[in-house]
Amino acid sequence: MKNVLALVLCLFTCIGCGQPKQDANTVTLWHWMTDRNDAFQALAAKYEEETGIKVQIDLYPPSDAYTQRIIASAQARVLPDIYGILDKKQVFASFIESGFVADLTEDFAANDGEWEKALFAKALDVNRFKEGNIYNIKPGIYGAPIDVTNIQMLYNKKLLAKAGIDKAPQTFDEFLAAAQALNRIGVAGLVSGWGELWMADCFASNYAFNIMGEEKVMATFRGEVPYTDPDWIAVFNVFKRMADAKAFAPGIVTKPNKDAEQSFALERSAFSFNGSWGVNAYHGMNPDLDYGVMMPPAINPDNPMYIWGGAGSSFVINGASQNKDQAVAFLKWFTARDQQVFLAQETKNLPSNRKALSKIPEVLSDYAKAMDNTTHPTIWKYNEHPLVAETYLKGIQSIIIGEKTPEQVAGEVQAVKEREMAKAEKRK
Amino acid sequence: MPALTFKSSKLLRAQDSFTSFAFVLPALVIFSIFYVYPFFDIFNLSLHEWNGISFKRTFVGFDNFSELGVDKIWWKSVWNAMYITIMALTLQNALAFALALACDREIRMKNFYRVVFFLPPVLSEIVVGLIWRWILNAEMQAGEHIGLLNHWLVQSGLPHLVHEWLSDPETALTCIAVVHCWKGFGWGFIMLLAGLQTIDRQLYEAAKVDGANTLSTFWHVTLPMMVPVILVVVILTVLGSMQAFVLILSMVGQGLVYHTEVPVTRILASMQGVNRFGYACAQGVCFAGILICISIFFKMISDRAKQV
Repeated sequence: MKNVLALVLCLFTCIGCGQPKQDANTVTLWHWMTDRNDAFQALAAKYEEETGIKVQIDLYPPSDAYTQRIIASAQARVLPDIYGILDKKQVFASFIESGFVADLTEDFAANDGEWEKALFAKALDVNRFKEGNIYNIKPGIYGAPIDVTNIQMLYNKKLLAKAGIDKAPQTFDEFLAAAQALNRIGVAGLVSGWGELWMADCFASNYAFNIMGEEKVMATFRGEVPYTDPDWIAVFNVFKRMADAKAFAPGIVTKPNKDAEQSFALERSAFSFNGSWGVNAYHGMNPDLDYGVMMPPAINPDNPMYIWGGAGSSFVINGASQNKDQAVAFLKWFTARDQQVFLAQETKNLPSNRKALSKIPEVLSDYAKAMDNTTHPTIWKYNEHPLVAETYLKGIQSIIIGEKTPEQVAGEVQAVKEREMAKAEKRK
Repeated sequence: MPALTFKSSKLLRAQDSFTSFAFVLPALVIFSIFYVYPFFDIFNLSLHEWNGISFKRTFVGFDNFSELGVDKIWWKSVWNAMYITIMALTLQNALAFALALACDREIRMKNFYRVVFFLPPVLSEIVVGLIWRWILNAEMQAGEHIGLLNHWLVQSGLPHLVHEWLSDPETALTCIAVVHCWKGFGWGFIMLLAGLQTIDRQLYEAAKVDGANTLSTFWHVTLPMMVPVILVVVILTVLGSMQAFVLILSMVGQGLVYHTEVPVTRILASMQGVNRFGYACAQGVCFAGILICISIFFKMISDRAKQV
């Protein structure tokens, strides 16, 4: 009896350790978007009704935990058919290099590029690796955007009027003056989720592009321009001037974005720096909130103000998936006009399909107008070394809390940059 | 015949050891798979430069460890964890001991107090962090402070003490340490209370007959009898506090500059922020070494205390 039990146990162990056999009529999809899960599930049910293919959608929030799950699943080779990579382009490249992401170039090009033409080019760029890219990835498109987004400033019309300001500030000086006027009536100026460092990075790079232009920023990343350059000091000074004018909401440096959204929705702060995804959150928290969208006020009128944007969320297809064709077919269907209209109406996110733009709310339409001015680190030719970026962002926090001057921070960032460049040189 | 007896007793002994080994084997296998193998694998990874995804790992020897040795941010994070630990060892355990002593007496509603004091430890760290972030919020709405602490300070006539508690380097880490103590004192309370209840009541009666007052009874009876329990509480406090990080993430997100960094958040930053898994593993090995040294130190104290 004992032997039989042992044999059964061994059998179960062997079966349990083997690769799960995939059902050819089921496509698995993992995502992190709690607010969109219901809409995704509804679309999956509709797809199953239309095609007989079941799409098993699993939600793993929040985004940080999802990122860890995806990396761990890649290491264990148990990725689903469709998933998202919420990380730097370098990580995206590593996934492709390791065969975890399928090349969708041919699928996008099929039928005279029908799929590619239907989607916003800026959104596709996030998933595109161009000829001669620094990651040595075969040029092509490796993912499909399911929505687009951009990050701009929002202003509360009622609070501005209460402070005697009749229109949104156009220049940086006007913005500082508005923040001071708001302070006088007991309202905080700008709120944003800078407890999540990438949001502060986004704001800082908006001004870096505006003050010195894209080429000089890229030259800095290549190590040809030091962070102690007067233009970079001017970028750091943006934060000092805002801190001196008390333009920030209290506690902005440790505030997560959800808190920042609440602060703006409940009219504790008159300005917010947030992405188009916030429209849904504000509607949920305060449906009567009267607000408008504006570009961050420029400092240098000679350079355009670029904002972060492009693909909001993208899905890729597992390169080792046994159901690759079904997964591609589902993604094509998912990004088609009707499904995108449904998603935009249900989740109040900007659709990735341009044909779906006609039926979206006014605030989202204002967001969409700036799509041509969007940029994103994933489409930049160069990216800063992550350790340098960390020092830079922590330095910005130091400036906001009055601990360090822009010059001190610039010196520290440059020191880390030189150290990392020397290390890279040594490795060569 | 004697030779045969000797042989059979040897066989019996071998059979005995085999049986014992067979009983230990499952635990040994599980321990090896889930503890020993990962430890050696992590050590092996710490000798490589690896981004955590790619198949390619570059052997760099002890480079990660030498870099760690001069990484000021890492050592600051170790100091920050020690600061939280020191606060927990003093504030948290003193509070736990005081409350355990109070509940050990015949007081009214002592069971109610026991439940109340044990509530914070059973709450999720994320929930505790979110509650305290609201309490310490520095924002205002319509001229009123939203954060409970600042609101209370204003109402109590102490508006000059109103502060951005979690955004000031002077107060952020202390706030986190205090919340950590609030969350953790219940464990110490339960263990110390259990320890107090094992002390023979006759010892107190004898001390009373001998004319000992409350303080000398505590000093000469309670404290010596509680030494083993106190040592266990201390070791658990040190290990728990050194590894605290969920509370930090939920209270200050990715941190206030480097003032709220602890070793675990640095390991996370190396893995997730800069994709240096090899370096993160070196940090993990170093941190494990620190914790092992601390545990050995307290084990030695514990052994000495037992001898005394």
